[in-house]
Amino acid sequence: MRFFRKKKAMPDGVFVKCGGCGEMVYQKKVEERLQVCPECNYHFPIGAWDRVRYHTDEGTFEEMDKGLRSADPLEFVAEKAYVDQIASDLEKTGLNEAVLCGTCGVEGREVVFIAMDFAFRGGSMGCVVGEKVTRAAELSCRQGLPLVSVSCSGGARMQEGALSLMQMAKSCAALHRLHEKGIPYVSIMAHPTTGGVTASWSSLGDVIMAEPGALIGFAGPRVIEQTIKQKLPEGFQTAEFLLEHGFLDMIVERKDIKSTVAKLLDYLAPLSSG
Amino acid sequence: MRRKARRGQPGYEFEAGAVELDGQIEELREETDQEEQEKEHFAARIEALEEQRDRLLAEIVENLTPYQHVKLARHPLRPQSADYIPQVFDDFIELHGDRRFGDDKAIITGLARLEGHRVVLIAQQKGRDTHEKLERNFGMPNPEGYRKALAKMALAEKFALPVVSFIDTPGAAPAVEAEERGQGMAIAENICRMSGLRTPIVILVTGEGCSGGALGIGVGDRFAMLENAYYSVISPEGCAAILWRDSEKADQAAASLKLTAGDMLELGVVDEIIEEPLGGAHRDPKQTAANIRAYLKAKLEELRAIPIEQLLEERYQRYRTLGTHART
Repeated sequence: MRFFRKKKAMPDGVFVKCGGCGEMVYQKKVEERLQVCPECNYHFPIGAWDRVRYHTDEGTFEEMDKGLRSADPLEFVAEKAYVDQIASDLEKTGLNEAVLCGTCGVEGREVVFIAMDFAFRGGSMGCVVGEKVTRAAELSCRQGLPLVSVSCSGGARMQEGALSLMQMAKSCAALHRLHEKGIPYVSIMAHPTTGGVTASWSSLGDVIMAEPGALIGFAGPRVIEQTIKQKLPEGFQTAEFLLEHGFLDMIVERKDIKSTVAKLLDYLAPLSSG
Repeated sequence: MRRKARRGQPGYEFEAGAVELDGQIEELREETDQEEQEKEHFAARIEALEEQRDRLLAEIVENLTPYQHVKLARHPLRPQSADYIPQVFDDFIELHGDRRFGDDKAIITGLARLEGHRVVLIAQQKGRDTHEKLERNFGMPNPEGYRKALAKMALAEKFALPVVSFIDTPGAAPAVEAEERGQGMAIAENICRMSGLRTPIVILVTGEGCSGGALGIGVGDRFAMLENAYYSVISPEGCAAILWRDSEKADQAAASLKLTAGDMLELGVVDEIIEEPLGGAHRDPKQTAANIRAYLKAKLEELRAIPIEQLLEERYQRYRTLGTHART
């Protein structure tokens, strides 16, 4: 669980415990390095607004579809009522949903930007996430702007049932149109990207990159472990594992993501990137 | 003999009453065969018992809980794709392999004919006996299964053959090798390609339609479910284990997930429900196959008349409009 700890949950003290090496590291240094451990290069999990801060040009981000919220289509109740969980996440994160979308600059290139936030319902994709991602892809398509996304997700949102599954189809259909129009899409997979998000839009990038150490997979490691009743091999489903198996184009450190995206866009869309 | 076989048949408690009556009817039939002169007397008794059984079945069906519904979809005697294929189609040629890695037997693919219609068939198959179940990985496809389906869909597109897809899976394989070979990416690619495949696609959930494993061969123009099939983002057991931290709460999870054919119609996920014989497809596989055949014939006829650009736009809109949201 330490992997999932939000920045907010870190102690306000001078030192912070690294989720990678376990060392107490100087917090200011971690922040200077975009929430990356100066000792072991562990990438601390960060929120959607941090993504905007770290990967886009300052002051350029214009959020779209900000007001969309879950309508609890199934009136889902488990141990807790889904509406209450949503309400508490709204308060806890200050976000309206698990994804933030908008237009912004990346070293001067105008793009449509999608950033997920794991703190909101484990970054799960329900109707609102599906709708916002689809709208972002459609805006890319209409305006000929490259699409850039940062995913981190526990998968499809169970509490919205089969409608969550349909969001996979909806978003992929929008990306199919983007592909057909020849507009570039760069997907950045952050820790963790799993389930329905791996099995849909985040895997459809023309270029797919991941942060070091990110867990990426379809079935979660626990589910696999329970199924095969064996311990999983060391490093299984990490970004490095995926690179080795041919499913990532590259692993990019957080500090280099912005410049790498800009460079890639110059190759893929030299005419429309302004 | 047949009665004994029936008694030994696997089934569920909630249908036990009907199975018991089946046995009695069967027994009387056998006696009738032996005693010619009493035929009329037996016929009346058989008819009465049949009526009693059908009333009971109607009652059972009426009162099925969502989880019992899931159990019917998984019924050990429920017909599977391999049972339907020879009854639904006039001809079938199986085409194996993904031309990349292997031949995933959890998905059967091939060319099929239904009267004047030539189609490419993609069908998940769970397997009947232990041997077949293992061979077919219980209907849980690996990435090569999705890639095999995609390769055959590309064939369909090239030769303008409609695609028919039978869904029956507890989910995509959760396994080390599946992850090594890119399970998530294989499914994503299928969903994406199907959304723009330039040929009609008809989807039918025959049993279990679970998670991305179902969606990986499940994007199309017409989408139906057999009456007792279910469709869900996760299995009720999986959902219970996560949200209730107790997989024994699967019955509650099944109710909360809204996964029955009726729920799917209400949510707009499917556009039609194909009727099953009273008590479930396993009680009359032939009739079920006939119903599927009639459905496919009608849909293939209907889709043939739609120009491809219009079809693709309608397919896009079909998914575009799924989902609800509120505003702050």
